Amino acid sequence: MRVPALPMNAPERLQGLPAAAAVTAPAAAPADIAVAVRNTSVVYPAADAPVHALQDVSLDIAQGEFISLIGPSGCGKTTLLRVVADLEPITSGEVRVNGMSPREARLARAYGYVFQAPALFPWRTVLANVMLPLQIQGRDRQACEAVAREQLARVGLTGFERKYPWQLSGGMQQRVSIARALGFEPKLLMMDEPFGALDEITRDRLNEQLQQLWQRERRTVIFVTHSIAEAVYLSTRIVVMSPRPGRILKVIESTLPDERHLGLRDTPEFMALAHEVREGLAVGHGSDE
Amino acid sequence: MKYAKASRSATVLMSNGPPPERPAALAATKSPPDSSSSRSASSRGQHQRPGRAGSAVSAWPVIAVLCAVLLLWYAGAIGLNAQGAIERVLAPKGPYSTGDLIATTLNMQRPILPSPHQVAVDLWSSLVDWPLDSPRNLLYHVAVTAQSTLVGFVLGTLLGIALAAAIVHSRTLDRALLPWIVASQTVPVLAIAPIVLVILGSLGFSGVAPKATIAMYLCFFPVTVAMVQGLRAPQRIETELMHTYAASRTQAFWLLRMPSALPFLFPSLRVAIAAGLVGAMVAELPTGAQAGLGARLLTGSYYGNTVGIWSALVMSALLGLVLTAAVAGVERLVLRQRSVK
Repeated sequence: MRVPALPMNAPERLQGLPAAAAVTAPAAAPADIAVAVRNTSVVYPAADAPVHALQDVSLDIAQGEFISLIGPSGCGKTTLLRVVADLEPITSGEVRVNGMSPREARLARAYGYVFQAPALFPWRTVLANVMLPLQIQGRDRQACEAVAREQLARVGLTGFERKYPWQLSGGMQQRVSIARALGFEPKLLMMDEPFGALDEITRDRLNEQLQQLWQRERRTVIFVTHSIAEAVYLSTRIVVMSPRPGRILKVIESTLPDERHLGLRDTPEFMALAHEVREGLAVGHGSDE
Repeated sequence: MKYAKASRSATVLMSNGPPPERPAALAATKSPPDSSSSRSASSRGQHQRPGRAGSAVSAWPVIAVLCAVLLLWYAGAIGLNAQGAIERVLAPKGPYSTGDLIATTLNMQRPILPSPHQVAVDLWSSLVDWPLDSPRNLLYHVAVTAQSTLVGFVLGTLLGIALAAAIVHSRTLDRALLPWIVASQTVPVLAIAPIVLVILGSLGFSGVAPKATIAMYLCFFPVTVAMVQGLRAPQRIETELMHTYAASRTQAFWLLRMPSALPFLFPSLRVAIAAGLVGAMVAELPTGAQAGLGARLLTGSYYGNTVGIWSALVMSALLGLVLTAAVAGVERLVLRQRSVK
């Protein structure tokens, strides 16, 4: 089921070449690669020294993988996600999403994106919020409503359709935003610390639901977090990143079984993985000092 | 490309600063301008801050102010009319007491300041003694003025929103239009009204159109200013959300910008309709119009009928109150489901 991690460094011939020369590469990408990031850098001009939000990052993500990006603040994990989502331009390198450029993928509505905050529109009911992306796609109202109801049921919010966002708890709001992202059946789901602002108990429950959702549907998920437990529990692969410049330190393959439950977190296997991630983060931190 | 630049600079801030852990509730709920939030708070049962008592209690301040105004008014009427009362009424008849003086000042034929009850009687008789289509009935004039006010208000609101939409979508228009819009409001309407009336008259427009034009001229400005702010109110995360959905500009306008701007729009509409009423009345002055509250004011001052002037003034104030209350009612209806934080 899972595709082994591809080598971190892209082919030698690409390195150091201007972005234009690399455009020919994606044709070679296998069909089951969902996201391919090659030698990508994002540099922000700043008054004193340019900020390297991402430096020469390469990563291939196969269809159906659950990838977590973990690292301290400023390591570029959110930037990497935003680059894939076409919310951020790249300075050099190449990014392909389902064989398309991020912009084409966005215009083709190939992905769903869950932000840190639920970003629900306060003037719309829960149902209408979930219907929003479908409405933008121009589907007819009844189809939108049917899909939205179904998605709300999947995140356990049946009966809340007519409520307004402010009548819901933070956890419920975030579930609405997940239902909204899943409504148009994107093959790729990107989540930027979706549970970061929630309390631990809610977070555990949502992690479990997200895990079940992934089990059922096997969409490709890219998940940004700075919780080690969350990353280990959810992912098939964990990408450990480090700041200044933002880069990938290590990619850890999960040895956990596909079928997961919260009890798994007390097993030695889980602990070992968490330890490995922590070590990786410590290396990144050490090199910084 | 403007978009990419904005998000770029914001991310620089984020990657340098503390971990981006904003509380979800903070980003999810926007705070509309105060006036509208407190307004909708009072209208929406359970989800509001407590302490707002029922309408019976909130009526007391209004009554207290009304009493104070009436007292001052009576005192003013006595003071201002005393000299005329002595010269024209009391002195020819011989000695008089203070009681006579007060009674006379409050019931003069052509007082400098008519007393409230004189105005009330004049108002009442105009409403009751004449049919609705008679120029002697103030409601007839109210209808005429209200018509041009409302037409001007609707046109002005549409113009205001259209200008604001143009301004937020184009940097060039932002620079090109805004100074003219501000300049247009620094010209006194009293100076512009005759010009507009003459020009429109020569083009064959008469009746409602010129008056509505001047009302519109005063209405659009507050709407434009508020809507420029309101249409820019969506937060970055909301704009990015629409971006990930590949929403067109038009979709983003109707699905995000416009709903976000409504809490800004309504307070400006209340200002606009009051300004429109002033505009409509001013437009009735220089034409020698036969009908409308402005025309009533003018005829009153021609004939020294101060009571008539005051009745028209009171009527226009009542009309203004009714119009703004109507706007507030629509606002309450439209914004009733919004969150109040």
